[in-house]
Amino acid sequence: MSTNTLTLSELSTRPLTLRLHEWVTTVDHKRLGILYILYALVFLALGGIEATIMRLQLIRPHNELVSPQVFNRMFTMHGTTMIFFVAMPLVFGFANYLVPLMIGARDMAFPRLNAFSFWMSALGGLFLYFSFFGGDGLYGAGSAPDVGWFAYAPLTAKTFSVGHSTDFWTLSLLSSGIGSIGTAINIITTILCMRCPGMTLGKMPLLVWLNLVMAGLVILAVSPLSAAQIMLVVDRYLGGHFFDTQAGGSAVIWMHFFWIFGHPEVYVLVLPAFAFASEIIPVFSRKAIFGYPVMVLATVAIGFIGMSVWAHHMFTIGMSAGANTFFVLSTMAIAVPTGIKIFNWLATMWGGRIRYATPMLFCVAFLFQFLVAGLTGVTLAVAPLNWQLGNSYYVVAHFHYVIVGGILFCIFAAFYYWFPKASGKLYSEALGKLHFWLFFIGFHLTFDFMHVPGILGMPRRIYTYEPGRGWDIWNLIVTIGVVFQAAGILVFAANLLWSYLRGKTAGNDPWDAWTLEWSTSSPPPVYNYAAVPNVRSRRPLWDLKHSEDPDWRYE
Amino acid sequence: MSPTSIFAPVSTPAQSIFGLSIFVLVTVAAIFVVVFSLLAYAAVKYRNKQGDDSSEPAQVYGSTQVELAWTVIPVLIVVALFLATTRVILAIQNAPHPSGAVEVIVTGHQYWWEYRYPKLNIVTANELHVPVSDPAHPTPTFLTLLSADTDHSFWVPRLGGKTDLIPNHPNQMWIDPHETGLFLGQCAQYCGTQHAKMLLRVYVQSPEDFERWVHEQQQSAQPTSSAGERVFESAACVNCHTVSGTPAVGKFGPDLTHLMSRETLASGAVKNTPEILRLWIKNPDAIKPGSKMPAMGLNDPDLDAVTAYLETLR
Amino acid sequence: MSAASVNLHENSLDWRLPSRGRVGMYCLIAAEVAIFTIFVVAYLFYLGKSTAGPQPKDVLHVPIFYTVCLLSSSLTIHIAVRKLIAGKMAASAALWLLTIVLGVVFLYGTAREWIHLINDEGLTITTNLFGTTYYSLVGLHAFHVTMGLLALIAVAVFYFAAWLRREHAERLEILSMYWHFVDAVWVVVFTVVYLIGF
Repeated sequence: MSTNTLTLSELSTRPLTLRLHEWVTTVDHKRLGILYILYALVFLALGGIEATIMRLQLIRPHNELVSPQVFNRMFTMHGTTMIFFVAMPLVFGFANYLVPLMIGARDMAFPRLNAFSFWMSALGGLFLYFSFFGGDGLYGAGSAPDVGWFAYAPLTAKTFSVGHSTDFWTLSLLSSGIGSIGTAINIITTILCMRCPGMTLGKMPLLVWLNLVMAGLVILAVSPLSAAQIMLVVDRYLGGHFFDTQAGGSAVIWMHFFWIFGHPEVYVLVLPAFAFASEIIPVFSRKAIFGYPVMVLATVAIGFIGMSVWAHHMFTIGMSAGANTFFVLSTMAIAVPTGIKIFNWLATMWGGRIRYATPMLFCVAFLFQFLVAGLTGVTLAVAPLNWQLGNSYYVVAHFHYVIVGGILFCIFAAFYYWFPKASGKLYSEALGKLHFWLFFIGFHLTFDFMHVPGILGMPRRIYTYEPGRGWDIWNLIVTIGVVFQAAGILVFAANLLWSYLRGKTAGNDPWDAWTLEWSTSSPPPVYNYAAVPNVRSRRPLWDLKHSEDPDWRYE
Repeated sequence: MSPTSIFAPVSTPAQSIFGLSIFVLVTVAAIFVVVFSLLAYAAVKYRNKQGDDSSEPAQVYGSTQVELAWTVIPVLIVVALFLATTRVILAIQNAPHPSGAVEVIVTGHQYWWEYRYPKLNIVTANELHVPVSDPAHPTPTFLTLLSADTDHSFWVPRLGGKTDLIPNHPNQMWIDPHETGLFLGQCAQYCGTQHAKMLLRVYVQSPEDFERWVHEQQQSAQPTSSAGERVFESAACVNCHTVSGTPAVGKFGPDLTHLMSRETLASGAVKNTPEILRLWIKNPDAIKPGSKMPAMGLNDPDLDAVTAYLETLR
Repeated sequence: MSAASVNLHENSLDWRLPSRGRVGMYCLIAAEVAIFTIFVVAYLFYLGKSTAGPQPKDVLHVPIFYTVCLLSSSLTIHIAVRKLIAGKMAASAALWLLTIVLGVVFLYGTAREWIHLINDEGLTITTNLFGTTYYSLVGLHAFHVTMGLLALIAVAVFYFAAWLRREHAERLEILSMYWHFVDAVWVVVFTVVYLIGF
């Protein structure tokens, strides 16, 4: 008999092998979602260790903690891991878990494709880390890729990247790319074809809209990366010349192909973060989201404009003034719908009755931090200023502000918000707040001060630096922040584990929320809903709880 | 004061960027202050107080006027920023190229800089000399940027923004420093193992000092028939290095004709002293692990001899 | 563990959403279009940039016959599905087989062309930029034709095992969308390689 809950008592009566077998062969979106998320947490730890090694090496000038060869592998693996094996699995994990529940469906459109996609993605990460043992480099036994996470040509050519370490990068991402595209097909099909009666596109929760646009971006953006990687394999193994500058090939065309993926990729990561904020902020402010139609329009606008800004990563490569100017304009333009979203979240809080449980703490910090991240992005959109700040620690600070200060904070909020639903238990609010403050302090110590070395001329991807350039004290402070962030993550992991084992029962709807998933049990039964829901507004549970004043009168 | 701060410009491109950056930073700071204050206000003022009843606050679903306002205002700000930016892009990228300008062809290598002055018949490495430019009668230096291997980037913050050196994709940039002195920077595009020690040193000199330097660099080396010179020729140094006026015409490594006119070795990584030079020849990995110069496996007498020979290359 | 049932909407009877198979196939096609676009862009970008070796007009022969075969197979598969909907199993199976034959002929044509280019003209994927981009683009397309043919052959087996029924017509129609996509890509590749690039 298959399990339909995750309660410990039921699980513990069946043999471990049977339980593991069920998890490995599952096609249930909720289990696959959890698998994606647990997988991501393991790789978060690995990526964090890589970052810690780098920060310890950079704590003072001319440090000799690790060799340049090891350091270069660290930044390559850190970036590749965090983007492809932490952030993407988290995004797909939460989408998998939540989308069918929030649209009143029983599962995703293609459950077997779902499982296949997960295992292809998982294989990618395992393969990448195998490179530490199997990559055959010039400088010693085994080596991971060391070409940077964007693997510019011709550094990736066989001449400059001997052995197989670059191939581990290429092939692992090709595998996870297949998984990503499969999941995106699933998400789009599920949302367009499996909404419960009454849930028109205009009545879907914003989280569903944002995941729909995100999946569209995956389809349009991950494919070019796969194409470019196939070309790289042709160059490295079949003697092709796609990026072979000695034969007339172009290093710049790799950059275009990569960034046509690379920029929409960051929207793939941030739109689900916006999704979490758009669900959590209203519930904890006790108000409907302000401006739902505008939020949808802004999301679609971000999706479209986001496909046209990629060469702002290439301002220094010598494009014409016309090309530079175009990308300045498109990049600044995307700030408009993004800013509109911040204002709408602010307006949602305005006049509300805000409860500062842990999810809301993370969301409010996200708002402040994303504001800063967006504004430093605007400064980088100014091409001449980018000629100074590009490829420096200012850029590293900017994108970590977006990814950690923006995206990761929202992901933490989502963990705390939906943990009771997925596990049936309440987490410890005290540990949650401790996690928040430790991580908040660590984040700001590291990433606020990281802007300064960039302004003072420190480029990125250097394993050591010269004294006397004014960079020393800032690097020291940046490294100290790591301690607090690590402590915060440990408290987070401890909270998840402790609460899963010993937390109080959560009940269906601990937050008094308004979307469909809170109407079923915690955790949901394997079939999600005993009867197919049908809805009349964007907040079906508000309508049930406030039958005297339902939303559908106002929408 | 940091010698590599982008906020201490001494050359026109860096100064244009600096001026634009003030406008941008003030605008962005103003936006930050306004939005931050509103967020902070809302976060504090609308907290649920303990004594509040459990009724829900008034539900507000949206407002077309407000949405319009906070769309139009950002669009106007974007237009202003865009116009200011375009002006500077055109000023820097389409600057006129006067015939009296100094021309340098910069070729990036893993992990050193090659400098050729075609009109002056000079080839040197790692330390770039340019004349100071008087704003009233500018004598800029135009750099053509090439690469012999992977991507590099030329970044000396006080002189200008960075431009990349990409193989098969020549680029151009210019500087016109208004002050004499030594200006520092380094490669700013990851190019391989020793990217971190591909440092830049730009010596901006008075017209007289620059003339003198040019004249010295134009001289060929005198053959010495010393033991060291024979070691140099037989130990394969000549395969990679050029010493003009001798049979050494290798192009893979830096030109050594005037090695002793340079203050540093290994592209700014270490000082140019006899002891360090000897160590570099003996074991480059001790100074710059992963550099492309192999340890030639010379014994001590040969090392002493070849170091002494190189010390004559002024 | 009980859950409140959510029932707020009166008219659940006329709730119709698009078919999952169709939407899924459109998404797959969109992803594949994005991949092919990159290969086409690379081909166009590198036209005329080969520093040595054969150029397109020196060695390519426009494959009119094989193109006609492939494009006709779109027609035959379309009619095959129509026949299945009308319950005409024999005609449907025959047309389905004809589609496969036309696809195989096309692949044969590609193989012949490649053998000629490699042995007689000395053009391989390593020869120059033209060789690299030509074999990659045409090869990627041929790979997709092969994948399509494998699926079509599997369906042919279902025909001959008499497992196929009229109700399966929608699924076959979705599969035929993939086949139409493969043919549409050939129209683009043909235009870029044999018309524009010549």
